[in-house]
Amino acid sequence: MAPWHARSAGPIRLALYGFGLLPAAVSFVLGATDRLGADPVNTFERTLGLWALRFLILSLCVTPLRDLTGINLLRYRRALGLLAFWYALFHLSAYVALDQGFDLLTLLADVTKRPFIILGMVAFTILAALAATSNGWSIRRLGRRWKVLHRLAYAAAICAAIHFILSFKVIRAETLLYGGVVSGLLAYRVWRAMPRRAKPPPA
Amino acid sequence: MRVFRYPAPPSSAITPPALWLSRRAMLAAAAGAGLTGSILPPRPAGAAELAARPGALSGTGLKPTPLRDVTHYNNFYEFGLEKTDPAERSGAFHPRPWTVRVDGMVAKPRTYDIDALLTRPLEERTYRMRCVEAWSMVIPWIGFALRDLLAEVEPLGSAKYVAFESVVRPSEMPEQGGVLPVLDWPYVEGLRLDEAMHPLTILAVGLYGQTLPNQNGAPIRLVVPWKYGFKGIKSIVRIRLTDRQPRTSWNLRAPDEYGFYANVNPAVDHPRWSQASERPIGAGGGFFGAARQPTLPFNGYGEQVAGLYAGMDLRRDF
Repeated sequence: MAPWHARSAGPIRLALYGFGLLPAAVSFVLGATDRLGADPVNTFERTLGLWALRFLILSLCVTPLRDLTGINLLRYRRALGLLAFWYALFHLSAYVALDQGFDLLTLLADVTKRPFIILGMVAFTILAALAATSNGWSIRRLGRRWKVLHRLAYAAAICAAIHFILSFKVIRAETLLYGGVVSGLLAYRVWRAMPRRAKPPPA
Repeated sequence: MRVFRYPAPPSSAITPPALWLSRRAMLAAAAGAGLTGSILPPRPAGAAELAARPGALSGTGLKPTPLRDVTHYNNFYEFGLEKTDPAERSGAFHPRPWTVRVDGMVAKPRTYDIDALLTRPLEERTYRMRCVEAWSMVIPWIGFALRDLLAEVEPLGSAKYVAFESVVRPSEMPEQGGVLPVLDWPYVEGLRLDEAMHPLTILAVGLYGQTLPNQNGAPIRLVVPWKYGFKGIKSIVRIRLTDRQPRTSWNLRAPDEYGFYANVNPAVDHPRWSQASERPIGAGGGFFGAARQPTLPFNGYGEQVAGLYAGMDLRRDF
């Protein structure tokens, strides 16, 4: 019989999706019923974008957590990454539909002219590509290239963090904190990829 | 022998009969409304009733944003960066005693006491307010034309600009005591003299029939309806006439994003977002309330103020 953590992986994953989508659901119901403050569309957009970044960060925590503590959450990484994608999709949809009211000219100007928006779109495009290839068939089909492709998650995290920092009039401590966490997670990858040399012999 | 003088309140502190009578009527109405389940909006702490006659330059056909949103959704960075911070964190602020010093290039520099300013003839001016963040409100301000105050101090011929300065009180304004200040304090703003002398430019001392709540810039603030909201400096302690263009807080912070003029202009975008349209605040209905509305040149006051900028390139002087 499989060990308990293998048996419970399915239900845990299901719960992860359930709880993970809760902030979006709650926020949507509050906004649709006029209980999301004075500027509900803006609050909704920000909530969705922030959770996209949070799940992206959580997905990037899986490897360091395993390396440093031995806790292996690899079987939940796909769910975390997909949650990041779904939130990014909701975030973009809220911006296109609720905020800009499908005003295509404004949207076109935004995505071609404004670095702030372009960064967000780059992050979203990457997450979409990663979500589309987050299945067993793609992993087998792409082979070694799958791993290379999915390293783009780092680029998405950088773009998303800068997009978040730029989304306020001033640079806020909170956004810098998220930027710092992303930097730390990427620095860990760089550090880990550096060739290890044997310690020099004592003089 | 010294004659004992009963401490008499200044005449400004005495509520005119018309006001307290109307207050009784309001209370009676409120009591009646209580029975049917609706109540008056709560008055922010410290705000008192304030009488004003309707101003001739007040906007017509504008539906004021609900008081609750005007007082609970705004930027006042001295109290914090969130729009709910001013209402939540301004309770310890003391708008009395208060004086406003008016000096610089004037013949008669003066220091005004706020209670004396409140006894002037006050007007209600319902204006559109457009934030540079692309949201907007309609606010029934109470105040008087800045030009009336400036006339009293007699600006010299050399004066070309008016510089404004906010109060600095880290003990009462949490963000001023922050470790990573987002702006240099005091908050400073400025207008060209002709902008300051324009009849639409007012010093507001109240809104919605009451004195200015702490979170909206008590006890006295600037309102320039054709400019982005950040030009409306709050809690003013000093007004100085000068021959040099004054430094302004947001321009110092990010000169490529916020100009000295900051006229509302749908054709000149903020580098990070479009200024072509705005989200009206407080429309109700949640997501499906009011949709974005187009932003008007000079926030709809072009007919009155566009002449001030004749011949200027408003893309360069944004």
